[in-house]
Amino acid sequence: MKRLSYPFAESDVRALKAGEAVLVSGLVFTGRDRFHKHFADGGRLPVDFRDGALFHCGPVVVKEKGVWKVVAAGPTTSVRENPYEPEFIRQSGVRLVIGKGGMDGATLKACGTHGCVYLQAVGGAAALTAACVKRVTGVHFLEEWGAAEACWAFEMMDFPCVVAMDAHGVSLFDAVAENSAAVLDALRGA
Amino acid sequence: MEIEEKIAGLIRRTSSRLSADVLQALAAAIRREAKGSSARMILETLVQNAALARRKGTPMCQDTGTLTFFVDERLRGLVTPAAVKKAVAVATEKGWLRRNTIDSVSGRSINSNTCDGAPVIHYVPAKSRRAAPAVTLLMKGGGSENMSRQYSLPDAALGAGRDLEGVRRCVLDAVHKAQGYGCAPGILGVCVGGDRACGFEEAKHQLLRRLDDTNRDSALARLEKRLVKEANALGIGPMGLGGKTTVLGVKIGSRPRVPASFFVTVAYLCWAARRQTMRFGGGQTK
Repeated sequence: MKRLSYPFAESDVRALKAGEAVLVSGLVFTGRDRFHKHFADGGRLPVDFRDGALFHCGPVVVKEKGVWKVVAAGPTTSVRENPYEPEFIRQSGVRLVIGKGGMDGATLKACGTHGCVYLQAVGGAAALTAACVKRVTGVHFLEEWGAAEACWAFEMMDFPCVVAMDAHGVSLFDAVAENSAAVLDALRGA
Repeated sequence: MEIEEKIAGLIRRTSSRLSADVLQALAAAIRREAKGSSARMILETLVQNAALARRKGTPMCQDTGTLTFFVDERLRGLVTPAAVKKAVAVATEKGWLRRNTIDSVSGRSINSNTCDGAPVIHYVPAKSRRAAPAVTLLMKGGGSENMSRQYSLPDAALGAGRDLEGVRRCVLDAVHKAQGYGCAPGILGVCVGGDRACGFEEAKHQLLRRLDDTNRDSALARLEKRLVKEANALGIGPMGLGGKTTVLGVKIGSRPRVPASFFVTVAYLCWAARRQTMRFGGGQTK
């Protein structure tokens, strides 16, 4: 299995192919609906995403003796960020977008243009993913947005993902969608 | 034990334990997929995750969802809204629930997860007077809730008329549109008829049925079986990356309708089908 570590080099990311399994280690930032709206409204980015990873995730966290502990942290559905992601990829220089369900053609194109990939994590596998978070190194917008929407900085170790959309214009979801549409047509005729 | 503590315990169990029928269905799905396939790998990950969450008593999914309590009306004096809210606040503080409630107008987080309207509590008639009164909790995440749909028949685009064939077409459409989203393999609760509000209520109520039960209505029982087979033939698979199991179950109920309306409501539930029952004066769990 390929290992990817922060900072993620553009050449390494461009070499990834859809379908490959990878293990992600190092700094990963969370950002989901509120984060993308903030970005689209012209808000400043709280951290530097260059050569970094954006994880569509709203974790369950508790504070134990003054230290944040991640209890559960799986991916959320990425499709809601379609309207914002191409521009975010362009401006931020992010290399990995991690979520579930895949994203649209415009995002796929932005991945190719700017050297980024979309990784799919296993949806709902939140206890396992939380075990990959070694440390919380920071949090932004916690007061304003709440814990689920806040931008968390995680130090992760061997976070398992699959390359679902690569920088060569290939998305794993396209083939499945094509096949299921054909079967559905046949079932409607039945 | 105080009632609030008991309810908090039910919340923790629901958040961290997958029911036996769902685990069995996932195990059967694993056996159907080829070794080394991504479908099998994903399903095995789900089972490992469920085991870890159970062992640690932590949420199996970070989206601890909308909490819907179905309370036997005989417990109205004991399982009060105030007691349920206190239990939810405690469970949130302990990290058994995510801070998951947003004021829809201001956009601010309601950190206790309790306010007017949260959690949802339904007081329901007793199934039988002999059975021990029970509280059932359903925790349904937003990703799956976003994939729920309501159709109004006839629907020309789907070729769906006002009959069970029309219902079949709606359900297949809902499964097809949910691909990639909502964390397959999912479970579908369906309501034929009703008004828009009670259609969703009944569809969600169907999600409480055990996956291995049989519908008492023979026509609906046949349709349920057929739809499981046909939905799985779509090849959408676990997490939408292809495979033989797209749904774990289809459960269909009905509600009377007025002549002008014919709604088909599909409530989509992800594989993290969190539902547990606590009985009073008898055993517990489901």
